[in-house]
Amino acid sequence: MSEQFLPVLAGHAAGADVPAPVTPKNVPYRDGPVNPSADALRTQFGAAIVRTDVVWGETTVIVQASQVNAIVRWLHDDPSQRYDYCSDVTAVEFRDLEHPLEVVWHLRSIPYRRFLRLKVQIPRGQPLEVPSIWDIHKGVDWMERECYDMFGITFVGHPDLRRILMWEQYKEGFPLRKDFPLRGRFSRSEQLRQALAQNPEAKYSMEELSIAEAFEDLPADMRQRLVSGEKVGE
Amino acid sequence: MGLSPRPETNVVSMDPHNHESWVTTKLDFLVNWGRANSLWPMPFGTACCAIEFMATAASKFDLARFGMERMSFSPRQADVLICAGRVPFKLAPVIRRIWQQMPQPKWCISMGACASSGGMFDNYAVVQGIDTIIPVDVYVPGCPPRPEGLMYGIMMLQQKVMKERMADKSLRNEMEPDPTSQLYIPPTLIDELSEPFGNSIHQTRSGL
Repeated sequence: MSEQFLPVLAGHAAGADVPAPVTPKNVPYRDGPVNPSADALRTQFGAAIVRTDVVWGETTVIVQASQVNAIVRWLHDDPSQRYDYCSDVTAVEFRDLEHPLEVVWHLRSIPYRRFLRLKVQIPRGQPLEVPSIWDIHKGVDWMERECYDMFGITFVGHPDLRRILMWEQYKEGFPLRKDFPLRGRFSRSEQLRQALAQNPEAKYSMEELSIAEAFEDLPADMRQRLVSGEKVGE
Repeated sequence: MGLSPRPETNVVSMDPHNHESWVTTKLDFLVNWGRANSLWPMPFGTACCAIEFMATAASKFDLARFGMERMSFSPRQADVLICAGRVPFKLAPVIRRIWQQMPQPKWCISMGACASSGGMFDNYAVVQGIDTIIPVDVYVPGCPPRPEGLMYGIMMLQQKVMKERMADKSLRNEMEPDPTSQLYIPPTLIDELSEPFGNSIHQTRSGL
């Protein structure tokens, strides 16, 4: 018998004396009310916290890349935080050559009705590597894959980091990077040639299909494809 | 404007006063008449054009008037592929496969600016016109085209079907793509067809 399912009511952990939130008005551009989690993070992690920004009432905490996993883990597990929902993982590259590339995590604490944005800045020239938080929030699987696909950021610890929007043999690079030409790097005919060379029926990896043990039962042509090392897939 | 007059309509002759009913006509006319008025569409809707296509199929505009009310969601039973919406490169082998699965006789309508030319999406991900992948009979302009526009295209296709001749075997020849490159028109032609035009020539490369 599994544990009884209990719905998480938004804001229930914040206490009964805290009124239900209303849409805030007259939010200042800067220096609005800070999310209390930002201060808690500073006491907990100290030097790993680079800076805290409050923009339009939303708190952004810029942290060291090496500590991301530990910070998200603590935010998720600590009973005073309970950030149980990671709504987005993405990255931002700026036209300014001096400005570092930023990886962004959007975290939500449903029990406390809090929103926190974590950022990691990767300076130019550094390898684009950040820790994966897949072991904490399973839902970031595809978001990290998309981020890798579009920006080329390696999420260390992700179980299956491969392209998700472009096909796996896509050779032109990472489309959302600023040095990527809008129309791609290859000529249109070459792009079309490479696209048409893909097998539309081969979409899934062996792991996704869990067919490794059922290999002998497969049709001969599919066995042949797998034996020949075709990484199914785009 | 644009459309030539319909082929001669009095090709069917009959004598209703004769009690032994008979009709004479040309076999070409009869077959084409049947085909043109029972085109089963295979909808390939990827974007907003598909919404207009659904509106065309719904009761107000009523594709059933053209014998097209039977949407064929399997390419094996389809006569006309209606590509409604942009086709990204990742879908290029899919639409090619669907086209190859359709039996002859078959036709293709490219609905809307994106399917016909890439439209506003002159970027790394979108095919610049599905005529670089499959042969197209009728292009319907618009972004998206109104249902009337699509019906105009369908009527153009019906006139095209009516003009076909069974003696012309070349009409049913399948276009075989090049086995190595999978392209059926020369790469230089694809590059030429895909050249930026209109506002997209001002879309510069990235500032970096």
